[in-house]
Amino acid sequence: MEMEWNYKSLASIVAAAETQGCRISDLVLKQQAQQLEQPEADVFHRMEQTYQVMRECIEPGCAADLKSTSGLTGGSAYKMRETAKAGKSLTGSMMSGALYRALAVSELNASMGRIVAAPTAGSCGILPAAVLTMQEERELSDRDCVMALFTASAVGGVIAENASLAGAQGGCQAECGSAAAMAAAAITELSGGTPQMVSDAVAIALKNILGLVCDPVAGLVEIPCIKRNASGVAGAFVAAELALAGIDSAIPADEVIWAMKKVGDAMSPALKETAEGGLASTPTGQKLYKKVFG
Amino acid sequence: MNAFDILGPVMIGPSSSHTAGAVRIGRITRMFLGSEPVKADILLHGSFAKTYKGHGTDKALIAGIMGMNTDDSRIRRAPELAEQAGLEIVIHTGEIDGAHPNTACITLTDAAGKTVSLMGSSIGGGNILVTKLNGMEVYVTGQKATLIVLHQDVPGIIAAVTEIAAEAGVNICNFRLSRQQRGGEAVMTIEMDGEFQEDLNEKIKQLPNIYSSILVKPI
Repeated sequence: MEMEWNYKSLASIVAAAETQGCRISDLVLKQQAQQLEQPEADVFHRMEQTYQVMRECIEPGCAADLKSTSGLTGGSAYKMRETAKAGKSLTGSMMSGALYRALAVSELNASMGRIVAAPTAGSCGILPAAVLTMQEERELSDRDCVMALFTASAVGGVIAENASLAGAQGGCQAECGSAAAMAAAAITELSGGTPQMVSDAVAIALKNILGLVCDPVAGLVEIPCIKRNASGVAGAFVAAELALAGIDSAIPADEVIWAMKKVGDAMSPALKETAEGGLASTPTGQKLYKKVFG
Repeated sequence: MNAFDILGPVMIGPSSSHTAGAVRIGRITRMFLGSEPVKADILLHGSFAKTYKGHGTDKALIAGIMGMNTDDSRIRRAPELAEQAGLEIVIHTGEIDGAHPNTACITLTDAAGKTVSLMGSSIGGGNILVTKLNGMEVYVTGQKATLIVLHQDVPGIIAAVTEIAAEAGVNICNFRLSRQQRGGEAVMTIEMDGEFQEDLNEKIKQLPNIYSSILVKPI
């Protein structure tokens, strides 16, 4: 039975997937093929290419001598990967793998490398880190991983429809928060979670990052953005783990997204990508600004 | 919802407005010149002027002037590639009254001495808006094929130009006219759906009271 659904609410997508007994990604791929007036195989292939670009970010992003254009950042992905490789990670290979990959993509972005905005350049490390790490640790097929990106894009689509994906409008919660929610959805689906579990993971991931401000030092996509990509993917794993254990979110995902919009509206402009508040306005933040721009 | 708008674009970092948008401004300037530039004079205003070093806006503009796309991994090496190619680059910063914070004014010169000057702004998410071309007020987003027609303000001229588009079955989706005074110099900016062929532009150039007409493809 076909059910009416759209990107205005995650609940409608979950209901449609559960009624049809399919994954959210199956639903989204089919709908996208119709919308773009292209065969499903072509739309899938395009997402496969997107996934390939994500994968190609990891090696160059882990270079020991990587430096951002400003000179402020670079090299932390290398350190994290060395620690992970040596088996010295505190939290194990899944988490340390996700952390170094998130840092790698983010640091590559800061050094003018080629990335996929997911959903933005500032939050580009979270989703690739989640999916690539799941693939490595769980030996998943490329096909499933590419499909999980469709689920993630639907979550981003619902947030874009009801709130915002831009730090200038909603603060960091709109960028890294949305990316964490998208990644949580992908991880949950890749772990065999139900569509309702996907929705709970989205709600939990977003709740845990609600209110996060966008306060980039010197206005650059580096400090604290790069480390927030690492914490974003960690938060995505936390949310997915809870949801997969059958823990639901007391506040449904659509209402969390609504709350995120309200919080973003209430946020001072100084905390929305203007580099006038938060970490950007600290003495060290100011000093770094002068170091780069004189 | 388009999944590839949410997971995309594929781009060179770090910032869609300060990097990807800048590449597109450089690229459209090159398209307006229509030949290989040998010299580029770049004036940066507002946030572009203050933060270009950290965001690589200068490299992105140069890359665009050289014809690169927003996802070209050579962007970060654009200044040295320009030097190797014999493209002279001059960058300065300044204030432009009333301009958008992310604005650049670019003047390109080719080997034959032909020049084009343009003012373009990066207005968010990699989207751009060109508001001045050779001193004329225009409105070009670069998302569609665009025709810029400089002409004398006389009755019937708009009909004559749009008729050529209509005969070719081309749909106009945005039309803007600006003129200095009645009967004086005026400029039409016409954005069109689909393909617009160069030979149609040649036909427009032959119409009476047309000074010049430039066609740019979507960037």
